[in-house]
Amino acid sequence: MDQSTKTLPQPAVQLRSQRQRLWRTFIRNRTTIVGFVLVILIVLMSVFADDWFIALLQGRKAQPLLAPFDPAKQDTRNRLETPSKGHPMGLDTYGRDILSRIIYGGRVSLLVGICSVLLGGTIGTFLGIVAGYSGGKIENTIMRSVDVLMAFPSLIMGLMVLAVLGSGISKMIIAIGIMLSPSFARVVHSSTLAVKENEYVEAARSIGVGQFRMLRLHILPNVLGEVTVLASIWTANAIRIEANLSFIGLGVSPPTPAWGTMIRDGTQHLTNAPWISVFPGLAILITVFAFNLMGDGLRDILDPRLQV
Amino acid sequence: MLRHIVTRILFSIPTLLAVLTLVFLVVRVIPGDPAVAALGDYASKEAVEALRERMGLNDPLMVQYFRFLSDLLRGDLGKSMITGKPINEQVAYVLPYTLELTLVSILIGACLGIPLGVFTAVNRNNLIDYLGRLISLAGLSVPAFYFGILLILLFAVKLDVLPAVGGGDLKKPADNLNHLVLPALTLGLIMTTSVTRLTRSAMLDVLSADYVRTARAKGLKDRVVILKHALRSALVPIVSVIGLWAASLIGDSVMTEVVFSRPGLGKMLVGAIMQRDYTALQSVMVIYAAFVVVVNLLTDLTYGLIDPRISH
Repeated sequence: MDQSTKTLPQPAVQLRSQRQRLWRTFIRNRTTIVGFVLVILIVLMSVFADDWFIALLQGRKAQPLLAPFDPAKQDTRNRLETPSKGHPMGLDTYGRDILSRIIYGGRVSLLVGICSVLLGGTIGTFLGIVAGYSGGKIENTIMRSVDVLMAFPSLIMGLMVLAVLGSGISKMIIAIGIMLSPSFARVVHSSTLAVKENEYVEAARSIGVGQFRMLRLHILPNVLGEVTVLASIWTANAIRIEANLSFIGLGVSPPTPAWGTMIRDGTQHLTNAPWISVFPGLAILITVFAFNLMGDGLRDILDPRLQV
Repeated sequence: MLRHIVTRILFSIPTLLAVLTLVFLVVRVIPGDPAVAALGDYASKEAVEALRERMGLNDPLMVQYFRFLSDLLRGDLGKSMITGKPINEQVAYVLPYTLELTLVSILIGACLGIPLGVFTAVNRNNLIDYLGRLISLAGLSVPAFYFGILLILLFAVKLDVLPAVGGGDLKKPADNLNHLVLPALTLGLIMTTSVTRLTRSAMLDVLSADYVRTARAKGLKDRVVILKHALRSALVPIVSVIGLWAASLIGDSVMTEVVFSRPGLGKMLVGAIMQRDYTALQSVMVIYAAFVVVVNLLTDLTYGLIDPRISH
């Protein structure tokens, strides 16, 4: 098969024009660009919160770079200070700078959001593709298990897994990853069912292409578009779920800053220091909104059928 | 049609059984001894062992499993390991709070979301449409607990017109309603954004259909075409999907109940996890999962009733 495809003339012009079409759709969609720019800014802000890369080379403790202060540094004399020039988002109960904690806190949200989607996406795509391509008993077993997992509302499922694993960042990634995998499996399963009916798959099968090679070379690349769209939308949801779990108290342990935990700490002071909860909440809102904008745009570009 | 309904009900039984089995197994693999959790870390070995025996934890897993199923069939959810009270009583107390919150939120979501969706679809690619889409996307992005906090800050702290916490007394409708407003607004407005997006999408599909074009060509007024011809068809998928969302609303209702310290299944679930109350945890998860299975079944059946092609 590979030999024969190598000798066929490649439709270079068509490919180029398709890429150009995608690029043109991307450029025209201003909201998508806003989403992309916001996501890049949030990622940069979190990565360069401190100078870890220089500190790593010099063998010293990282110092704040974009964040104005160390997120754990306490100024107990000025605790609950209102937002001011020195501390634009004020100080929390322990006198820690809220802006710095928000900048550092982005690391937890992004890490959990991206890693859990990677984990859930990988497991779900694998299960969906195997179920869709194999059919029969394997398909039935996998898809009925997916149905069972989907009977649990996502947050309940996350809570259930965390009850077994305990709290912490890696456990949260596993919990949200497991929670997301059925959604990926279901979408990839239905795409695989459609893709495997294509003539090129039939042609590959007829010349004896093995199952693994078929899944890797012919099925997977054709379902990746939908997986990418789903991944960007689910990253937004994963960040929201992480905030929910942190708010309940099942997130990272203190003093590591996490947005959900910061909001939770601030609820004790809603009447006299609302900024402790309001600013981290805004950070969650903007981040999830940016990923949703990006996801919506990607859906328009890569899979116009799913357009809402 | 009857055959379709019976088949669908029969198909949902294995799913429900698998869900119950999963809940049973998950609760058994949670680290820590339930007897120690009930008696505390300083309980004597003998006391712990006696309680394990009384709770049936020393029995083989299969025996425990069949006892769990037979108790459920008799409608017995067991006793809380922390309070010692029957869980049936606790559920009977909190369930009305969760149900009223979910139902009122769905009502708010449908009453606001459908007109807004129609309005944005009719004004497609206008400033109104862009604003509507941005606001609904923002609504999808805001965590329910944060939105709840913002509403508390505005209506309970700043304006001091509504209570911030509690569920009110169910026997006193005015008090109950007073406590319901903010949590229901939190969930309802979040749901509004989803319904707006769905309605817009369904309306756009219908507005480009041939029969709508024909209705316009006949010279019918825009209002009549939109409300009588387009919306009526678009409502079919919307109403069905709203049922499905009742299930997904559960996640947000958990957080809303936590933020507003409101009695409910969600608050009971979080409390059970925090206090390691395994029986309560198992019961609430069973109720949630059964609720989702039943809602999915009803939605499937509704699809069949609305569109007879599906039942064939």
